[in-house]
Amino acid sequence: MTDSCDSSTLRPWAQRQACCPTFEPCIEVLDLTVAYDGKTALHRVSLDISRGCITAIVGPSGCGKSSFLSTLNRLSDLTPTCQVSGSVRIEGQEIVGQELNLITLRRQVGMIFQKPNPFPLSIHENLAFPLRHHGMNDRQRREEEIEKVLSRVGLWEEVKDRLHAPALGLSGGQQQRLCLARALLLSPRILLLDEPCSALDPLASAVVEDLIASLRGDYTVVIVTHNLAQAKRIADYVAMFWQVDGAGTVIEHGSAGTLFDSPADPITAAYIAGARG
Amino acid sequence: MREPASVSTMLTQRVADWRDTVATILVWSSALLITAVFLWILGDLLLRGLPHLSFEFLFDTPMDAGRAGGIASILVSTLVILLVCMTVSIPLGIGTAVLLAEFSRHNHFFGRGVRVSLDVLAGVPSIVFGLFGNAFFSLYLGMGFSILSGGLTLACMVLPLLIRSTETALRAVPDDFRRAAAALGLPAITTLWRILLPAAAPGVIAGLVLGIGRALAETAALLYTSGYVDRMPGSLLDSGRSLSIHIYDLAMNVPGAEGNASASALVLILLLLIINVLTFRLVDGWLHQRITPH
Repeated sequence: MTDSCDSSTLRPWAQRQACCPTFEPCIEVLDLTVAYDGKTALHRVSLDISRGCITAIVGPSGCGKSSFLSTLNRLSDLTPTCQVSGSVRIEGQEIVGQELNLITLRRQVGMIFQKPNPFPLSIHENLAFPLRHHGMNDRQRREEEIEKVLSRVGLWEEVKDRLHAPALGLSGGQQQRLCLARALLLSPRILLLDEPCSALDPLASAVVEDLIASLRGDYTVVIVTHNLAQAKRIADYVAMFWQVDGAGTVIEHGSAGTLFDSPADPITAAYIAGARG
Repeated sequence: MREPASVSTMLTQRVADWRDTVATILVWSSALLITAVFLWILGDLLLRGLPHLSFEFLFDTPMDAGRAGGIASILVSTLVILLVCMTVSIPLGIGTAVLLAEFSRHNHFFGRGVRVSLDVLAGVPSIVFGLFGNAFFSLYLGMGFSILSGGLTLACMVLPLLIRSTETALRAVPDDFRRAAAALGLPAITTLWRILLPAAAPGVIAGLVLGIGRALAETAALLYTSGYVDRMPGSLLDSGRSLSIHIYDLAMNVPGAEGNASASALVLILLLLIINVLTFRLVDGWLHQRITPH
């Protein structure tokens, strides 16, 4: 899977290989199966995800991309009918079928959803409340962290004069950046993004996308996207999900350069060419 | 063939117009009818009661079986009964609703059983609650005819309303907030207290206001439990007469007290209005305090 970096090619997704030259597994998924009420949604998925890179999960609707993502921070626990089997190791630690501290796990693995979901609190409280809860009681340090993270997502200049206004009054793109800030504030090492741009208008989407691209190197990013163009623009690695016999599975994965330029699977080739899906 | 087509279109159009007119008249007249009934009641009360309403009426104790004097002791009893009822039913009601909405699976048999029981209880006539309160609180638990047993009986009556409205309000809070909070590693109880309950507050208040209204208006359930002694209550174990029982007594049993009955009814309606406004204000303020930092 570790492709040599071919910088002579003009394709941007191949050029980017220089940013993530070596593949170091951060998340190792082996034979992961997810079922809802006994109906299999994801069948025996095996996939390694490289540290510090952006891995895009692409594929049509209903092939288990979001289910896959929600097993990585055990958010699947919220759905009582969801059964998960197989193995997911994060930094070597097995998280499936284990009694483990979900709070620690979820601080380490942040998540952004399709629909921006800031709390019905003020902009400031959206950030201060989780921080306080996780034990940062020093008010001044908290304020510094909040300013830093809001600047990181390019929101500080836009909201510094109305920090105490309701977060739900922000535009969709601003809300999504606030959610990203809220996740970054807990200093996770991994970020799961579930179609983070699909509910945004094109301009806001571009801003959020640039932001995600800027996370490369600092965070291990797994992004589910319907938007192939987006995957081409930002992904280092790509995993292609497809529905086979009624359940989703990975039909091909590899570096963005290999997958987009010379896909091995005919379905991937057709999907990328726009002929299917 | 254009003519007939357009004629039939015009006909359909005319029928539709006619239906619209009838519907408009129906909707408006029912709204007017309801408003008229309310205004009639209010006008009647104002006409008969206002001459008897005075500062002294509110702060004097009743004399000559209520023909003279005021309603001070009655007001105090009413408010204390209401206080007992709310102190018991609000925590119990919200707690049960939280259990049903957040911590039990929607189709679990336990939750289903509780919900069916609540719906049946909500429809039970208040006189039955009165009998139960009399048998259980007054006699079995030995509280006698007291404000305490009256308030507790009212709490039993109000609980189903409060639980069902709070549960519905909690269920209406989008799952997005729960998932966002879980993904941030926030425990369920923190999420509930900081996010879900404030978001559900408008629904909770609606249930609360309905419950208070029902408790204030109650007569039958209190006859057997808090009794109808019109003295100023000295403790929770004293008997006390609520406003609605006072109105009933003056109107039915005391000849020559009709004026005071109307005045008391006027006070009851004003009290309801004040409590409703106050409840909305209080919870709104609480919500605001949640949104801003501390």
